Amino acid sequence: MLLLTCPNCGIKADETELHPGGEAHITRHGAGASDSDFEGYLFHRKNPKGVHFERWRHAMGCGKWFHAARATDTLEVFGTYSAQVFEPPNDLIEKIKLKRPDWEGF
Amino acid sequence: MRRYSAFAIAREALRFHTGWERAWAAPEPKADYDVVIVGAGGHGLATAYYLGKNYGITNVAIVEKGWLGGGNTGRNTTIIRSNYLQDPSAAIYEKARSLYETMSQDLNYNVMFSPRGVMMLAQTEHEIRGYQRTAHANALQGVATEFISPARVKELCPIIELSGPRYPVLGALWQPRGGTARHDAVAWGYARACSDMGMHILQKTEVSAVLQSGGQVTGVTTSKGDIKCKKLAIVVAGNSGVLAEMAGFRLPMESAALQALVSEPIKPCMDVVVMANTVHGYMSQSDKGEMVIGGGADGFNNYTQRGSFHHVEETVRALIETFPIISRLKMLRQWGGIVDMTGDRSPIISKTPLGNCFIDGGWGTGGFKSIPGSGWAMAELVAKGEPGALAAPFGLDRFKEGRFIDESVAAGVAH
Repeated sequence: MLLLTCPNCGIKADETELHPGGEAHITRHGAGASDSDFEGYLFHRKNPKGVHFERWRHAMGCGKWFHAARATDTLEVFGTYSAQVFEPPNDLIEKIKLKRPDWEGF
Repeated sequence: MRRYSAFAIAREALRFHTGWERAWAAPEPKADYDVVIVGAGGHGLATAYYLGKNYGITNVAIVEKGWLGGGNTGRNTTIIRSNYLQDPSAAIYEKARSLYETMSQDLNYNVMFSPRGVMMLAQTEHEIRGYQRTAHANALQGVATEFISPARVKELCPIIELSGPRYPVLGALWQPRGGTARHDAVAWGYARACSDMGMHILQKTEVSAVLQSGGQVTGVTTSKGDIKCKKLAIVVAGNSGVLAEMAGFRLPMESAALQALVSEPIKPCMDVVVMANTVHGYMSQSDKGEMVIGGGADGFNNYTQRGSFHHVEETVRALIETFPIISRLKMLRQWGGIVDMTGDRSPIISKTPLGNCFIDGGWGTGGFKSIPGSGWAMAELVAKGEPGALAAPFGLDRFKEGRFIDESVAAGVAH
């Protein structure tokens, strides 16, 4: 069972309290974008076997969105962080690099 | 290949079973092949088989990182049906179902296809309307289904509780020609037939890179060295995204865990397959007597072949209301497989941005039932370089064009 600490309310929540929101930090192409940009935004996903940055909502708790870094091949959670950022914080990236030296980076 | 028959059993009985040969060979890889298929599961082996049978292409290697049929082919709940709403889905799943009917004879291998009938319960007013619509669509598509009353449901499946407080049974979509088959035997039967045609099945051979030059595929790097090929078929349920990254493109797919479980064996009590999409559960009884239960997929990306326990709990909790008889059963085993979920929850059989590289994947939670139809359509795509009528609607371009095969609305989760 996944345990994620919600950075909004500080509660260590188990998966039944949370709602997964898919890949994080996707560039949201809107009106005026090319067909392939729009297709990529809507459908194309990294879907890595390894480090994955994703969105979660603390649905049965404070109700707010946040970000998590997690490994899809081991279910290890590297950390959670605010939803109000466009990329993961540097200290989290450094922490993941220490654990996974061959990770290609964000 | 020595054929299996009643006569063969008698012959071998007389000589103490010394004459059985290996079902398939374990060759060393050659330097190059006409076609390399990555993934020796049901879909990959079926693709290879129909490449040989329908198009005479037998210089083929099927490369598998684990063992034959050890992925989702050995992890599903073995249900076969084709009661889909949309024409493209109904066409390919019905092709698959009809090929299952003759598969044992065709492959000379008993896949234990059992057309015992599949019913999908309508437990809400919306589902009644949805399944009636599907039944009408199926009538136009030539797929034999009907919408049946609760009394008929009870007659076909006496252990069902019709008047549950939360999930009453209001009717069902009944496909009498659907059923189950022995999942491992499907992989083994195809493998034996492919090996007999001279194809190479390379187990424990993991692909680590896709070689290309000038936008065309030239081969793959594997744990047993480089293998050249003219055409490459990626048929790797669950790992499509990983292979696509090696080949240098992205897919409209995410991988998630789907779980199943079986109970202790009990006496025969249920001779149909029942699916309850409102509660995300489906159940049938295996020939050994175990109740085979499947549930919903997890919502998050996962490659570990382990799912979340609360999904099992939700599935069983809901099924107990519909089948009170199972409330005292012990569950023996539970396992997970990794499924590729596409943007519209329909599969992809397509050319890719890389020349002469083709992909068959994204079957989501409905891979087993489609194995022969998928292999048939993929073999045509690989052999001709262009999709035939079955595969054409399932191209990658549909995501750019917005031409979705929007089946998830009709079929709910167990699609």
